[in-house]
Amino acid sequence: MNKLPLLFVGILCVFATSWIGLVAYPYVKLGHLEPAVTKDGQLVPAPLTASAVAGERVYAANGCIYCHSQQVRPAWLSTDIEKGWGPRQTVARDYAGQRPGFLGTMRTGPDLTNVAVRRPDPAWHFQHLCEPDVATPGSIMPAFRFLFKVQPVHGAPSADAVAVSGPHAPPAGMEVVPTQEARDLVAYLLSLKHTDPLPEAAQP
Amino acid sequence: MSDLLRPLESDSAVERAEIDRSLRAPVLFFMATGIVWLLLGSVLGTLAAFKMSFPHLLDSEDWLTFGRVRPAHLNMVIYGWASAVGIGVGIWLMGRLCRVVLRHRGLLLAAGVVWNLGVAAGTIGILAGESRSIEWLEFPGWATPILFVAYALIGTWGVIMFRYRQPGHVYVSQWYLLAAFLWFPWLYATANILLIWQPIQGSATGAVNWWFAHNVLGLWFTPIGIASAYYMIPKVLGRPIHSYYLSILGFWSLALFYSWNGMHHLIGGPFPAWMVSASVVASVMMFIPVIAVAINHHLTMRGHFDALKWSPTLRFTVLGAMTYTLVSFQGSLMANPAPNNLTHFTDYTVGHAHLGLYGFFTMTMFGAMYYIVPRLVGREWPSATMIRWHFWLAATGIALMVATLTLGGFLQGLELNDPQSSFLASLQVAAPFRLIRAASGILLSAAHLVFAVLFLWMLLGRGERRATPTLLAESSVPAV
Repeated sequence: MNKLPLLFVGILCVFATSWIGLVAYPYVKLGHLEPAVTKDGQLVPAPLTASAVAGERVYAANGCIYCHSQQVRPAWLSTDIEKGWGPRQTVARDYAGQRPGFLGTMRTGPDLTNVAVRRPDPAWHFQHLCEPDVATPGSIMPAFRFLFKVQPVHGAPSADAVAVSGPHAPPAGMEVVPTQEARDLVAYLLSLKHTDPLPEAAQP
Repeated sequence: MSDLLRPLESDSAVERAEIDRSLRAPVLFFMATGIVWLLLGSVLGTLAAFKMSFPHLLDSEDWLTFGRVRPAHLNMVIYGWASAVGIGVGIWLMGRLCRVVLRHRGLLLAAGVVWNLGVAAGTIGILAGESRSIEWLEFPGWATPILFVAYALIGTWGVIMFRYRQPGHVYVSQWYLLAAFLWFPWLYATANILLIWQPIQGSATGAVNWWFAHNVLGLWFTPIGIASAYYMIPKVLGRPIHSYYLSILGFWSLALFYSWNGMHHLIGGPFPAWMVSASVVASVMMFIPVIAVAINHHLTMRGHFDALKWSPTLRFTVLGAMTYTLVSFQGSLMANPAPNNLTHFTDYTVGHAHLGLYGFFTMTMFGAMYYIVPRLVGREWPSATMIRWHFWLAATGIALMVATLTLGGFLQGLELNDPQSSFLASLQVAAPFRLIRAASGILLSAAHLVFAVLFLWMLLGRGERRATPTLLAESSVPAV
């Protein structure tokens, strides 16, 4: 191949096809989706609170995506719905506003698309983050105790003291309380709920 | 015609030496720093692997949590090791094949320093909790521009060398290198702009992410690896490559099909069906470039496989080239929806990634370095025994890692897909495989340590002054 302009142009043009198809097209088509509005004026997906937005960053900073996916594949393709990851498949609009969308590629841990439905109690999440294998025996999730602090109890225990019972239970007179980061992370986890039907994804 | 089948170089030893002298500092710098990142990256990778078996291991510090150590490992080996050694090998091949002396090598060396600063800054950023969890692009937004500036210089140098090449035919390795040098900045800039600097929103980020990540493998590492194999095999054997037309077919079909592969990481995801279908089809079509290259390499080697007994360069390079065929076949098959359903979200995919990046690319780069470094330092490798150790530790390490991840991931997938089975069952079935896999990381780290010592000896001038290369057994090819 000695026709070099051809080599040059060929190298760039061939590659450009995939750029158009897999970058420009989804950007135009999916990059500006807005939440749907239901009959009673609710937004689906619901906008995140400020704390949940901060929690999204904690989720990213600590690499939750390397074990947890957030996508429910359709019933014709997979058993995701039968396994209870969600009542319907996730569609592009479920990720509206997320930068980036945490689709994930691993399920070393459970899918989290609807974790707020399965585990609605914030106290459970705080304990689980402190001592995962006590909260769910057999879990290989690392503990996130660095998102909590141990402090002396002044008078009555704090309202948000975490019920840590395993080897890392606080000594007498001390208690474990979440930092703001832990609160934000749990606020984010409790926002993960994609069960409402969307025009393009009705519940079966 | 036979001209087209050989890497054409200057026939004057003086001229070749002059080219090598001009390339010595930057190429050795990229290789040396690459090896440092390889060592650090292996340690972090092994730590992350052991954490899956022992989740309490080093779990009190935030910067050592699994979710930071794993992306730190990945980015160190992708940008610190694989890209750097690929640049070193690529620049050397460009210089030799274009028959040009590298001008202003100080700037290229400076670019190498900046590149490494970028990798260091980015790694610290990930460990400090600045990652945005975009796979293969975890370096924070303030670190990636450093890498981009460094790359702009490096890529420009590669293209300039090509522009000022001596007249004569352009060898297949040069097509691949030129393409890689042009594709990488496009990939890296697009992904950075759309995912980090001016981030777009929603599921489109997944498409851009996997278009980028898969193409870093397919259109950056793969062409450099193939270019190196296309150079080393005919060079060491002193034989022409089998077919010019197969090399053309392999090149253009790779460009077309590989670039469309990315969406097979997101089968069943929230995207228009045609996008995923296009990627599945392109993945299956990868059989064409892969078979073309495999036939071409195999028929060049045919009757000369005994060279694997004596040539360190060919032992690593040919194992890498064969693994390329294997890993690509595997990739084409697992992109189909049915097998993908089983392997998606499991350790199987991690095994596939290591087979490609290590079994193919890293092995090919080791092979290239065994050929190039003696020419740059003017001495031969000091110990054939250590080369043997390097090879067998690396080969058994990667074989063990891929075997355990593949089998464990397969069983994990069966549990994940079975509606009657608990999630815990998917952890229990994979657990023993994960432990052996972590142990394989120790073998690989040991292999890297052996190679690092060898390389350091060469840098310090402790190599042997001989007219003949260090071989693992007696050569079957008459000395040229």
